[in-house]
Amino acid sequence: MANAAADHAHGHDAHADHPTGWRRWVMSTNHKDIGTMYLIFAIAAGLVGGFLSIMMRLELAEPGLQYFSNPQTYNVFVTGHGLIMVFFVVMPAVIGGYGNWFVPLMIGAPDMAFPRMNNISFWLLPASLSLLLISLFVEGAPGSNGFGGGWTVYPPLSVAGHPGPALDFGILSLHLAGASSILGAINFITTILNMRAPGMTMHKMPLFAWALLVTAFLLLLSLPVLAGAITMLLTDRNFGTSFFDPTNGGDPILYQHLFWFFGHPEVYIMILPGFGIVSHIISTFSKKPIFGYLGMAYAMVAIGAVGFIVWAHHMYTAGLALNTQRYFVFATMVIAVPTGVKIFSWIATMWGGSIRFSAAMHWAVGFIFLFTVGGVTGVVLSNAGLDRNLHNTYYVVAHFHYVLSLGAVFSIFAAWYYWFPKMSGRIIPEAIGKLHFWVAFIGANVLFFPMHFTGLAGMPRHYVDYPEAFAGWNKISSIGSYIFAFGLLIFFYGIFKAFTSPVRAANSPWGEGATTLEWTLTSPPPYHQFETLPRISGGDH
Amino acid sequence: MIRWRNGAAALAALTAGLASEAFAGTGQPSPWQVGMQTPVTESAIFLNAMHDGVNIVIALISLFVLALLIIVIVRFNEKSNPVPSRTTHHTGLEIAWTLIPALILVGISIPSFRLLKMQVELPKADITVKAVGHQWYWSYEYPQDQGGGFGYDSYMLDPEGAKKANQPNLLAVDNELVLPAGKTVVVQVVGQDVIHNFAIPSFGVRMDAVPGRLNQTWFKTDVEGLYYGQCSRLCGANHAFMPIAVRIVSPEKYAAWLVDAKKKYAENDAKPVQVAAE
Repeated sequence: MANAAADHAHGHDAHADHPTGWRRWVMSTNHKDIGTMYLIFAIAAGLVGGFLSIMMRLELAEPGLQYFSNPQTYNVFVTGHGLIMVFFVVMPAVIGGYGNWFVPLMIGAPDMAFPRMNNISFWLLPASLSLLLISLFVEGAPGSNGFGGGWTVYPPLSVAGHPGPALDFGILSLHLAGASSILGAINFITTILNMRAPGMTMHKMPLFAWALLVTAFLLLLSLPVLAGAITMLLTDRNFGTSFFDPTNGGDPILYQHLFWFFGHPEVYIMILPGFGIVSHIISTFSKKPIFGYLGMAYAMVAIGAVGFIVWAHHMYTAGLALNTQRYFVFATMVIAVPTGVKIFSWIATMWGGSIRFSAAMHWAVGFIFLFTVGGVTGVVLSNAGLDRNLHNTYYVVAHFHYVLSLGAVFSIFAAWYYWFPKMSGRIIPEAIGKLHFWVAFIGANVLFFPMHFTGLAGMPRHYVDYPEAFAGWNKISSIGSYIFAFGLLIFFYGIFKAFTSPVRAANSPWGEGATTLEWTLTSPPPYHQFETLPRISGGDH
Repeated sequence: MIRWRNGAAALAALTAGLASEAFAGTGQPSPWQVGMQTPVTESAIFLNAMHDGVNIVIALISLFVLALLIIVIVRFNEKSNPVPSRTTHHTGLEIAWTLIPALILVGISIPSFRLLKMQVELPKADITVKAVGHQWYWSYEYPQDQGGGFGYDSYMLDPEGAKKANQPNLLAVDNELVLPAGKTVVVQVVGQDVIHNFAIPSFGVRMDAVPGRLNQTWFKTDVEGLYYGQCSRLCGANHAFMPIAVRIVSPEKYAAWLVDAKKKYAENDAKPVQVAAE
């Protein structure tokens, strides 16, 4: 076996006999194998989430009810799409997948700090996704299956509005996903703080590790609040409490505060690892060190910290007091500053570089532009006054898909084309990665840009049907979604080509610009790496 | 400040004249519309004007980033620039791209806070009505001490009904919310079962209808006409099918309507609303 051969070459005979067959995966304590499982899981869940969204776009391609004779089923699809994409696609991909794979490699560690905990972190997720999928097929609202109250699960719709057990499955699913993420976060924090190679100070640590460190703290601090909120929801639903029930002295707005105290950091949880990924890709293919390293690292810390104190900008129409809204407008705007630092530092990294436009670089540059577009509409929405006409319209849908679907998802694909040779030892033909990029770039823009227009014109979210006036742009959006979906076929074809081709990846296929430690290892890396810890020399940035 | 508001109104009028009128419907969306619906209240005019301004700013920022990326792609690819520089710091630049965005944000925040205050601070009401969101319709209540003392339900018309009424499908309702032009209207918004949202884009009004909580919003328009909105908080199966329609009429017509409506809706045994004296 290639791994064993590599190990022998390094003289680590004792570790050549790693477990094989199902034991290697189910009982895995190896960060690379667990990372691989996370990535496969994310791809599989992505197909489910993508199917739900294509069904939504098919329905919305024309006014009238085409596919969803019961509008509640459409709501269930919207909710399922959101929850699956957030908890079972983006998070497993960027944190569990790439984080597991590359944080230990980049900091020169042999593995994660708690390998067995890493195992349970992963295996909680299939259980969690199973519960969520089961919830689609049990009764929620009277007379229909599944929970259709949106990923935010606002009461009273999630309590009185859904008496069936669907949401109880959903809540337990979120509990498992949350526990998985909290365990993962503890693992990342411990690993990054304690297991860096000798000489690797915090200020020499690769930005992806910084990104995961900040992300892990956000997870650790925000998920318990979500767990508390949905537990209160669970007891409101089943055990006669009334935390959120106004008829018994509870307050539905309390739930919104608790949810968004989690929910806003959550959006940074999804995008911060992408920031780290893009930084490495830009630096590698520009053949330049990252510009303003410290500014880049502390911009992420700042975004993470400020991300905790802006939650109520999701609640501008809830009837908050004037001064409360003023504060959240101000605090939210502040986030644009460190985000701007990141955008301009990426461009400055490329400036003066000798850029090779590989497939990964296409995705990274696309990310920068599309994330900027999503970012500036965020500045519009941060103004409570403007949000008065945009809240819960398709403008918001456009905004968060530009930062997530075209931001986080583009960073996932960028990382895929960047790290695939390292992870698999095989090569996806560059032309396929570039073709996939262009199809996805065009598809996603055709899909999401018109949503700015329908949103400005007042089209509300979560609508199974809309007035005739919105028909034109919705048709365009639907066409965009088909283009994006076609791009996924190219993505899978690339994987197929890689595994059927005899070409093997070099240890450092991207040349001299790739300076982080993973490129010093074989492709794929040995089953156990860094048995002799690498020593990092040189000054801080 | 008065000057800003006049400027805002002028700007809004200008944009309305240039672009919006052709595309933007008043009180309802129109096909291929790319901007907001035509505003008819002071705060909505301000909102639209501010959005137009901020929109220019964000478009310029996006184009600036795009231009930088294109320069980088053309000038610094490996063919044109085979030897990369090693520059990784430039204190002046780093200060600039921190401070300049901050200053832009401060610039945006000035009209933003003024708009917010205008929206949230309630003026003295000439008329107070209550809008109650239900699964899945709205009901409206007119207080007794203002010549009302009745309430009624407002359901979406089915496609045939909308066609008969010559109104847009999914927006037309059976019983509109009728209010006079030129009067300050305070709307008390509340949810009966789950959270709904009372939204009228042309008025710049959007307020959650939360059970157990009395939210208030306001508007005042001089422009008579029919203004549509749609429930803007996911509220269950028929969330998309509980539109809001407000008919603004002259005060004389409104007075006449009140008399008729009182008779028409008398049998509804609606509970009169108590309005706190302000």
